[in-house]
Amino acid sequence: MNDIASNKATVNRLQHVLPATLVLLLAITVTWLSYTREPSDAFLFPRLISSVMVFLAMWNFLRAFLGLAKVGDGLSAQTVVRIAPGVIVMLVLVYFAAKALGFYVASFLAFLCVFSLYDPASHTAISSWVKRLLITAAFMAVIYALFTLLLKVQTPRGLYF
Amino acid sequence: MEFLQYFGGVFEPTSFLLLLGGTMGGLILGATPGLSPTMAVALLIPFTFQLEATQGLILLGAAYTSTVAGGAVSAILLKIPGAPANIATALDGHEMARQGRGTEALHVSFLASGVGGIIGVLLLIFLTPVLARWALAFGPSHLFWMAILGVTIIGSLDSRSFVKGLLSGCLGLWLSMIGYDDIQGAQRFIFHDSLTGGVNIITALIGIFAIPQVIEMLAKGRVKHKIVAVSVAKQSLLSSLKLLSKNVKALSIGTVTGSVIGLIPGVGGQIAGLLAYDQTRKFSKDRDTFGKGNPAGVIAAESANNAMVGPSLVPLLTLSIPGSPTAAVLLGGLLIHGIFPGSDLFDNYPEVAWTFINSMLIGQVLMVIFGIWVASYAARVSQIPPPIMAAAVLVLALFGSYSVQQSMGDVYIMLALGLSMFLLEKVGFSAAPLVLGLILGPIAEANFIQGSMIANAMDGPAQYFLMGPLNIVLIALVLSSIAWSFFSSRREAEKNALLSDTVAKGGGAINDPFHDDTGAQS
Repeated sequence: MNDIASNKATVNRLQHVLPATLVLLLAITVTWLSYTREPSDAFLFPRLISSVMVFLAMWNFLRAFLGLAKVGDGLSAQTVVRIAPGVIVMLVLVYFAAKALGFYVASFLAFLCVFSLYDPASHTAISSWVKRLLITAAFMAVIYALFTLLLKVQTPRGLYF
Repeated sequence: MEFLQYFGGVFEPTSFLLLLGGTMGGLILGATPGLSPTMAVALLIPFTFQLEATQGLILLGAAYTSTVAGGAVSAILLKIPGAPANIATALDGHEMARQGRGTEALHVSFLASGVGGIIGVLLLIFLTPVLARWALAFGPSHLFWMAILGVTIIGSLDSRSFVKGLLSGCLGLWLSMIGYDDIQGAQRFIFHDSLTGGVNIITALIGIFAIPQVIEMLAKGRVKHKIVAVSVAKQSLLSSLKLLSKNVKALSIGTVTGSVIGLIPGVGGQIAGLLAYDQTRKFSKDRDTFGKGNPAGVIAAESANNAMVGPSLVPLLTLSIPGSPTAAVLLGGLLIHGIFPGSDLFDNYPEVAWTFINSMLIGQVLMVIFGIWVASYAARVSQIPPPIMAAAVLVLALFGSYSVQQSMGDVYIMLALGLSMFLLEKVGFSAAPLVLGLILGPIAEANFIQGSMIANAMDGPAQYFLMGPLNIVLIALVLSSIAWSFFSSRREAEKNALLSDTVAKGGGAINDPFHDDTGAQS
């Protein structure tokens, strides 16, 4: 029981130390840039804010390092496994597919992927897939009506649409 | 009574249709668990680009008002609050529904929301010009301190850790500085081409509020959606009106609590609803019936969370300090239409300001009428499975962020900020101070630079920024908000340590309703 508790504490501590370190590094970088870049007048306000930020980031890092940071639950391995496929779909959609395939094709595929990956209904039954395809197509039709017909947004077409 | 001149603008066909659409859409969005009012308003902003400023604000204002009230539908019928502001509503509302009084609960909830909301908007109407005149006395140094106060108050109140709350505010202020400096034309913190134009507020709002919620929905995994709404039978509205009139005390407590809370930047509807519920219970002769289906609980909570909507816009429209995260998003909506709130708003754009405020008044009436009608449909929408909702919000976020400036750079920034915010929230950072820092950053910087120029021509920065009665009051408020947050977070840490000790000694498990077994924060 105690082992489990101490293991959980270590995980939580590590999960606090890692982001605290990243935030501290960011604060140091911002402060360094604020004090070294020219023209100095353009960096007057950034200097003020970055000085406060670096002080708070150090405080935050120390609290995390000493195991005093308790707020927030971190991410459990189970949650990471659950969200990973969805996050990968998001990354591929935004940083690759949207521009390469076109917004509508990429969004159609992303919607279908997220829906299928997290849908508890059968993945072997044809009726489930028909339902998923119909819902995805209906939603994309609404998006097309809203953004292309109503708002006249010209989205990247990529290879397709 | 200047506002009366601008009532006609609300009834222009396009404006009225937008008000109607915003109200009905907001009621449905509000009833959907996982779609917070802030996120709903953020996702709606891209739809206002093609509209005139007044029309865009009418749509956003209607959505803001009705999403808060719409959250009561799922709270009553499903016991899932549509928004944090409806937590207190679920306590008695769902019990009423289980006892076969669902329609009664929905009726009194919308009627109480309407009464609270109307009084809240009337406060907005009568307080705003007074405060706006008072704000004329504000110089650059005062406006600088006001912007900092906005960040520190929300950083202090909206976060469970005082260091992380303030650090979130600083991160937001830093994000606002990315891009070209307006005065010197110098490049600042441009680490990637997408950042050349800076971080667009709307893009950031969509990413920060929508993406973490999409991931939270995905974190539930592949589970069957078993939520079943309690069925409701038809019932006369007259008997619900009689019930409301019997609970005037609860209605008054809710309305007064909500109005006062709304005026305090950063406190929000959740606190208003819970505080009003608690006060009504304390003053009630039947306090034992609370939590068991007492309509007074629903009336107090709903009148409070809607009464705070109007007053939360008072500091926004007069001093550019949003009273809540949703008000911060509305500020973003104002800025994209080139309207800067503050003391000049009612002189330079009286038509925009008053038509918007009047629309919120009419919107309250529409919300009551359509709320009762839409409630049954809204309950159906709230049963949409999370995977569909997550996929829909993701696609809407993609198209919404792109449509801001038709730039892929904005889409990249949106997702990067969304993913970072999700991870930061998991370690106790919060979105509201970050967003407020991002929105108030340019206001703080412009006044800081302007103040520095004045200070150089006068007695120096120390004298200009730190002296004078108003500066001293504002600095004292900034320091007090930080100190209060520091001591309250220490007190909470001590309380948590004590509870952990009790658990370690075998005192039993703590049932924390805000966390599920996956460690995800609800």
